[in-house]
Amino acid sequence: MPNADGVWILGITMTRFGKHPDKDVVDLAADAALGALGDAGVKMKDMGVLAAGNLLGGGLGVGQQLQKQIGQTGIPVYNVANACATGATALRTAVMAVKAGECDFGLAVGVEKLAGAGLLAGKDRKADADTWTPQGRYGAVASVDGRIGTETMPGVFAQIGMEYGHRYGGTSFELFARIAEKNHAHSTLNPLAAYQKRFTVDEIMNDVMIAYPNTRSMCSANCDGAAAAVVVSGSKLKTLSLEQQRRAVKISASVLTTDPWEEACQVLPNVNTLTRNAAVQAYEQAGIGPEDLDLVELHDCFATAELVHYDNLMLCKEGGAVDFFESGATWRDGTTPVNVSGGLESKGHPIAATGIANIWEVCHHLRGEAGDRQIDNAKVGLAHVIGLGSACGVHVLERAAV
Amino acid sequence: MANPVPIVDYLVLDGPGEGGVPQYRAHLVANECAGCGARYFDRRNACANAECAGTDFAKVPVATSGEVKAFSIVAFAAPGIPVPFVAALVDCEGTSVRGNLINVDPDPEHVSLGMKVRLATYPLGTDSAGTEAVGFGFEPLSN
Ligand SMILES: [Zn+2]
Repeated sequence: MPNADGVWILGITMTRFGKHPDKDVVDLAADAALGALGDAGVKMKDMGVLAAGNLLGGGLGVGQQLQKQIGQTGIPVYNVANACATGATALRTAVMAVKAGECDFGLAVGVEKLAGAGLLAGKDRKADADTWTPQGRYGAVASVDGRIGTETMPGVFAQIGMEYGHRYGGTSFELFARIAEKNHAHSTLNPLAAYQKRFTVDEIMNDVMIAYPNTRSMCSANCDGAAAAVVVSGSKLKTLSLEQQRRAVKISASVLTTDPWEEACQVLPNVNTLTRNAAVQAYEQAGIGPEDLDLVELHDCFATAELVHYDNLMLCKEGGAVDFFESGATWRDGTTPVNVSGGLESKGHPIAATGIANIWEVCHHLRGEAGDRQIDNAKVGLAHVIGLGSACGVHVLERAAV
Repeated sequence: MANPVPIVDYLVLDGPGEGGVPQYRAHLVANECAGCGARYFDRRNACANAECAGTDFAKVPVATSGEVKAFSIVAFAAPGIPVPFVAALVDCEGTSVRGNLINVDPDPEHVSLGMKVRLATYPLGTDSAGTEAVGFGFEPLSN
């Protein structure tokens, strides 16, 4: 029987993001998973499903490797991959299983070892072949990265921000730098962030240029990290302790979308329409509007990306993202605080962990446990991630009424 | 000497340009869906427009001039790729095209959103058989 009482986050945790040279992928996943189980007050044997994501490890089945360290209970494991939306996809997989009534508890884990990975670009350019031979879907006789545009993420997302500027006006190098200034300022209150250093706009603009207008401090930081969440059905939650019920966070909406076809979307990835589609569905599922949000964690893989998602998530009126940012709305003392964790630019972006860590941040505030960076009386929050290719995850979370 | 080959099969070389080498007169072609008019540059299995799902495509020429809709000056790329270069999205009279901006200084003073550009070619080098490969980009119209 499908579960009609909703799905809740019972326990959630993230490791510190940064360098963990003494830990491998399974160590980090185990830290996060055991942390989430402990936070939830349940055990591995209670879990009915495990969804696990690890994008760049290359190993077979991170979920099963994790089970072999923390509990081989024979439950189904879904190893998922959806670019930077992998963590959200793992959570959504566990949510779907609980929602379908297949089990009462599910565990979702995202983990990545990325420290020192450098630029996540395309493949190294090999020497051109001895003879020009057309290959692939474009009949290319030579590597096209750098010859026909760019495959680097900073360059792709730079164009996405610039395209917004071309359409609506008002963007500048300095504007994008000031978005990074905000997130780095927020990070000083987050002890789990990879970088917790405030920068001036000048420092950001004069940092090493990666892909104009994104300098190094406007790019997400490659790092190691893991995050995990235990989800529970609403009916099961009612049988648990009052303390568990009080700390549980309601998943008011859980949405995953891909990019619908439109002109140009196969030329430059369109991260806008699928995000807007996910947001529309999420607000409808949750029965709330963007004006109800007390905080938002959105996918600022680059400063240029954060701007367009103000609009895509409908935090501002269409075309109004620049004015919205200029109003101060997205600073932690503004009307819609965005990325009070420091965002991917300072907290870090261990790819498969990001989509659960964003949700951890929101839950932390909804539970009133965010310490120095607590957004007062936070009741509703939204977490957004996007993976190029593309996949977009949006979750709306609400504080328990207990 | 063998005929030059284009870097990708959607670049069509129309013969030497005025003033001779290394410029070739050239244009791009798209695979246009007979059902809905959607244009693609890759080899197709079917139309990605779910409303259409057509499987008939015709080669159509793409306008050789356009407007820069988005760009990034890439200063950091995978090993082996010379930097900086300007990656851009060019609106060629309704068809969006990916390409580098060439024959222009790669800095924010010389590259801007909305700038008018036209298709241009450049030599990529010759292979062991002596065949030249030709790349393309977009250059400022005001050159
Ligand atoms: Zn079609």
